[in-house]
Amino acid sequence: MWEKKPILLMILATAAILTGTIVTMVLPFFWVNTEADRIEYVTPYTPLEQEGRDIYMREGCNNCHTQTVRPLVAEVLRYGDYSKSGEFVYDRPFLWGSKRTGSDLARLGGKYPDAWHYQHMADPRSIFPRTNMPAYGWLSDNPLNPDMIRRKMRVLGFPYTEEQIDELASKNEMDAIIAYMQKLGNDIPWRQTARTEIVGELRNPYPDPDQATLESWQPLYQSNCSACHGANMEGGIGPELVGDVYDEETLFRLIYDGIPENGMPAYANLGSDRVWQLVNLIKHHQPNGN
Amino acid sequence: MGKPQYHTDIVRSFINWSILWGVVAVLVGVIASLQMVNPDLNYPPYFTFGRLRPLHTNAAIYGWGVGTIFAMFLYMVQRLCKTPLWSIGLARFQLWLFNIVIIASAITLLLGYSSTLEYHEMEWPIDIMIVVLWVAFSINIIMTIIKRKEEQMYISLWYMMAAIIGVAILFTVNGLAVPVSAFKSYSIFAGTNSANVQWWFGHNAVAMVLTAPPLAMFYYFLPKSTGVPIYSHRLSIIAFWSLIFMYLWTGAHHLLWTPVPDWVQTLAMAFSIMLIAPSWGAVINGYLSMNGQWHQMRSNYLVKFLILGITFYGLQTLQGPMQAIRTFSAFIHYTDWVPGHVHMGAMGWVSLVSMAGIYYLLPRIYGREVYSVALANLQFWLVVIGQLIWSTSMWIAGVLQAGMWNAMNADGSLTYTFTETMVEMYPYWWIRTGGGIIYLIGILLFVYNIYMTVQKGKEPAPQLLEVEGRA
Repeated sequence: MWEKKPILLMILATAAILTGTIVTMVLPFFWVNTEADRIEYVTPYTPLEQEGRDIYMREGCNNCHTQTVRPLVAEVLRYGDYSKSGEFVYDRPFLWGSKRTGSDLARLGGKYPDAWHYQHMADPRSIFPRTNMPAYGWLSDNPLNPDMIRRKMRVLGFPYTEEQIDELASKNEMDAIIAYMQKLGNDIPWRQTARTEIVGELRNPYPDPDQATLESWQPLYQSNCSACHGANMEGGIGPELVGDVYDEETLFRLIYDGIPENGMPAYANLGSDRVWQLVNLIKHHQPNGN
Repeated sequence: MGKPQYHTDIVRSFINWSILWGVVAVLVGVIASLQMVNPDLNYPPYFTFGRLRPLHTNAAIYGWGVGTIFAMFLYMVQRLCKTPLWSIGLARFQLWLFNIVIIASAITLLLGYSSTLEYHEMEWPIDIMIVVLWVAFSINIIMTIIKRKEEQMYISLWYMMAAIIGVAILFTVNGLAVPVSAFKSYSIFAGTNSANVQWWFGHNAVAMVLTAPPLAMFYYFLPKSTGVPIYSHRLSIIAFWSLIFMYLWTGAHHLLWTPVPDWVQTLAMAFSIMLIAPSWGAVINGYLSMNGQWHQMRSNYLVKFLILGITFYGLQTLQGPMQAIRTFSAFIHYTDWVPGHVHMGAMGWVSLVSMAGIYYLLPRIYGREVYSVALANLQFWLVVIGQLIWSTSMWIAGVLQAGMWNAMNADGSLTYTFTETMVEMYPYWWIRTGGGIIYLIGILLFVYNIYMTVQKGKEPAPQLLEVEGRA
């Protein structure tokens, strides 16, 4: 019958198309972004952060970086707590991405100090020697447009103060995108809740490593620590590392749990064995030479 | 009754432009693939990977894909309805607007005006232009169908009408946004809703742009090329209705394990598996139409393009549902496996069928026999081999990287840092670039062959033009 009636065929086709659409695309509106998935800690973006987000969009960072941590063991170990719907209510649009050429950024906020980001954005290979991340140092040359940002905040309906807008005049695009990255996934106190309590006695499994063993641990230091503490522990973004300031147990805790207020990330995900290797590398380090 | 005067000049123009945008898309793709192995090839601010990649995907989908679809639909609708286009003026307007949209998209994407919604990155003024473009196209096709001289509507017309409706709904809803300026807007959907709407769009754009129209082309050009009708009209009807019904439920398979409600993910997973049936309905219909005609794979290069095209469609629609299963998705999602999958569909299925259609049209729109069948055969092997190298290298890379992402030490810690897994991709990315270059050479041969056809092709045999009126 519809083979001879184009209008009827189009009405039936529309009905077929709309059925799945209504169930899987329209109905979820009644569950998502409602009181049911609201998280009280999650706040809207400040003018600087929102502008950073817009720069992130403009540069197409989402083509290589995702922003969702899935509830899978390896993923939570690598990035942090899995993503929750309520964390994204101020994201217009979402930036979850579809490909991880670079790492997931959903829990990037608070992982590294600002100084790390300024160096990494300007010269990614100074931190990860073989990464293919393009350099974005040129963002520092671009000033912000406070009037446009005020307009954006109004359209979004996010709260802002005129002081926040005034401050933008002295900032550049790099400041904005780093402010944005430092907020990512950092509204909820997941680091505190995810922190593993060390119980029992801490004992160094490598009481007296020989030189060859220490050498074999060097790559571990180079790929995790040298970007901030220098190739030879001489310091940089982070302080110089000196073996006799802390005892072994304290050093272990500092690396394992990090020092969030100083920008030192927690390295619990390396596993205790490798953290002990780092402790020993630092303890046996001779500032001049080996 | 005289033969209707069909409009072929507009078809020719769309073909010419779509091929140009196709070359741009492949070229930009090769450049972007080189940026992935050498970050020094990023030239900020305009020519970074983050800005070139949307240009690559949109040039491929809208420039090459939709451009060819416009050409083929404007051609097929006249033959299948035995009547000239309802309005040639509207079609000419459509051609101009199409090219303006593509050029404006390319420029604004390089300038960084991006909504970031995949395959929908263009900002709102271009969205509006695209809606006008689609409406102009739709009116012309629908009016031509209504004014048709052939009572029965062939299956290709069904797919055309479904595509027209589907794209209109998907594109408009996903693009809804509040403008801040001429170049910036914010989506009316936030967070998880935005994700769910985007992948309802994203996946069904694949259905309504890269599945239904190429199927319309396949159902038309296969019988035309072999000279025997399609195996089963009934099967094509069943496959049509179940395809357009089931596809719309599956968008969330792009969002497995994300905060999108669990039941939406589960429905998407189930319907993705069910989609194998209508997809393979078309594949089997194609294969069975070759009953007694398989020798044409050797003698008729058009058939070779079409049958390999539908074969890649068949593989694509098996691999896709496999990826839509939660456990499998947990492993390979976000790795290079995914572009491997996408490019089998784009470089294999859609492009092979489009190329067959264009070769078929050459004598009918340029009045010249194809310049060299040998070159067309060489092109066939280059694009097939280029695509296989491309996709296979990415599948291997994806499995390798997924394995490294999940590798754990005895104490339960992760074995590799992210960067350690990334640098392992470099050899595969180089191989992928190699596949892309082979494919690009194939495309350039295609262009050369068409150019030489126009310049030096022989006059077509008179009986070829005689049968033109037949659907």
